Amino acid sequence: MPPKSPSALRLPVRMIRFENVSKVYPRSTKPALTGVSLEVELGEFVFVVGSSGSGKSTLLRLVLKEEQATTGTVLVAGQEVGGLPQRKVPRLRREIGTVFQDFRLLPNKTVYQNVAFALQVLGRSRHAIRQVVPETLEMVGLHGKEKRLPHELSGGEQQRVAIARAFVNKPAILLADEPTGNLDPTTSLDIVRLLDRINRTGTTIVMATHDDDIVNQLRKRVIELADGHVIRDENKGVYGGGTAR
Amino acid sequence: MRLQFMLSEIWIGLRRNASIAISVVLVTMVSMYLLGLGILAQRQVDTFKGYWYDRVQVTIFLCTADSGEPDCGKKAVTEEQKQAIRSQLQQMKPLVKQVYYESEQEAYDRFQEQFRNSPLAGNIRVGDIPQNFRVQLSDPTKYDVVVSSFEGAPGVGRVQDQQKTLDKLFKVMNVITIASFALAALMVLCAVLLMATTIRQAAFSRRRETGIMKLVGASNFTIRFPFVMETVLAAVAGVGLSVVFLWATVRWGIPYVAKVFPDLALIGVSDVWVITPWLAGLIVVVAMGTSWVTLWRYLRV
Repeated sequence: MPPKSPSALRLPVRMIRFENVSKVYPRSTKPALTGVSLEVELGEFVFVVGSSGSGKSTLLRLVLKEEQATTGTVLVAGQEVGGLPQRKVPRLRREIGTVFQDFRLLPNKTVYQNVAFALQVLGRSRHAIRQVVPETLEMVGLHGKEKRLPHELSGGEQQRVAIARAFVNKPAILLADEPTGNLDPTTSLDIVRLLDRINRTGTTIVMATHDDDIVNQLRKRVIELADGHVIRDENKGVYGGGTAR
Repeated sequence: MRLQFMLSEIWIGLRRNASIAISVVLVTMVSMYLLGLGILAQRQVDTFKGYWYDRVQVTIFLCTADSGEPDCGKKAVTEEQKQAIRSQLQQMKPLVKQVYYESEQEAYDRFQEQFRNSPLAGNIRVGDIPQNFRVQLSDPTKYDVVVSSFEGAPGVGRVQDQQKTLDKLFKVMNVITIASFALAALMVLCAVLLMATTIRQAAFSRRRETGIMKLVGASNFTIRFPFVMETVLAAVAGVGLSVVFLWATVRWGIPYVAKVFPDLALIGVSDVWVITPWLAGLIVVVAMGTSWVTLWRYLRV
């Protein structure tokens, strides 16, 4: 049975649904995911935890259709991702913001340009971009740093730029793959608090992480993977799973 | 504005890859120059043909008293023989479209006029060129019929088929055409390979940008369009240069040919303008096709 979500009192809308999903990479004998079934509802904040190689990144890549499930069904916002033709993949990805451990900013563009880029490539009007980019930068706490280049920023600030870029198009889902992996504990907590704020605007957040401190402090739903299996899925969970059990 | 953004992306891409963009321009230029040269040579052949087919194809030279032709036997043509040839030619209508008679004086005058710039003109006297019938055919390819029926006829010294003389020239022109087409094909192949390499390199050096574009859900068109446009722009620049060189070749080369062959109809600068859209169209298609295939191969979404 899927766990009760925080929004269980409303009509739950499933944003992400995995039905018995397995993934075996070519040239690899060991499956990355085996028989994973889970649901993430609208507005949830979910941590995906597990050691390296447990399948966290694969899970996120399946949502983005960067990878194709070997067996099973992946549904995102009610759409079956596996059967989605390639030309419709961009539309899926517009509904999903993504943040990575290594920020992936464009080094020769300013903070403002990095965030605006995400809208420019979607063909948004200049007027709309001028409106929404400063708002987003304000929200992530980068007001006044619009003209800086990425290398002039601290790691935490760079990750804020990346979050602003992921969020500027107001996606329904935000995926974060170890977003605090390169940051010190205090900065990490700031970043996760920012994600929490974004979550409160109604954006569903799935964050893969190793960071036990953060997981233990936020007390959100925790899905734990080990060797490609879901071994734990609980609300208000902690990293190791010891205290909640 | 979406267009402005795209244009700035294309400009950045070209600037960042300037040296390799220039090499695409140059290779395209050489390939299109050679192809253009081949097409122009072929147009020159067609111009010759058209020119000559409008004029005399077969000349029947009549005997003179001091003719060197063995068929004459040192006897000048008689008035009866002339009449017989004329009426035989009349009977060959409609293949024979028109017959012009040229007296020795007329033949001499025409020669003087034609080769007025040549030292040859001074060495020729009236009577050196025999009186002749110049025959125009309705179907120039059937000159054989006329040649065979008059060769060796009484009073006929020699039947000269202009086509045979011209064929030699056409052969030379055809060799030029084939050679330049073959070289052009090689150069187009080089251009295609170079374009493909260029795009691979550009795709690699911009993988960060394209990666983010994919991630935020930019359409395939948005991701690929700048790459395609960069290649097309470089190729079009190459065609532009090749047209300049073709123009220069015709502008300054043809007057030189005209001096050597004063009697020939020659192509002109307007022929360059006629083939320009074809060269440009071809290279745009090649550039777009190559970049699309390369991007499909190396820029998977």
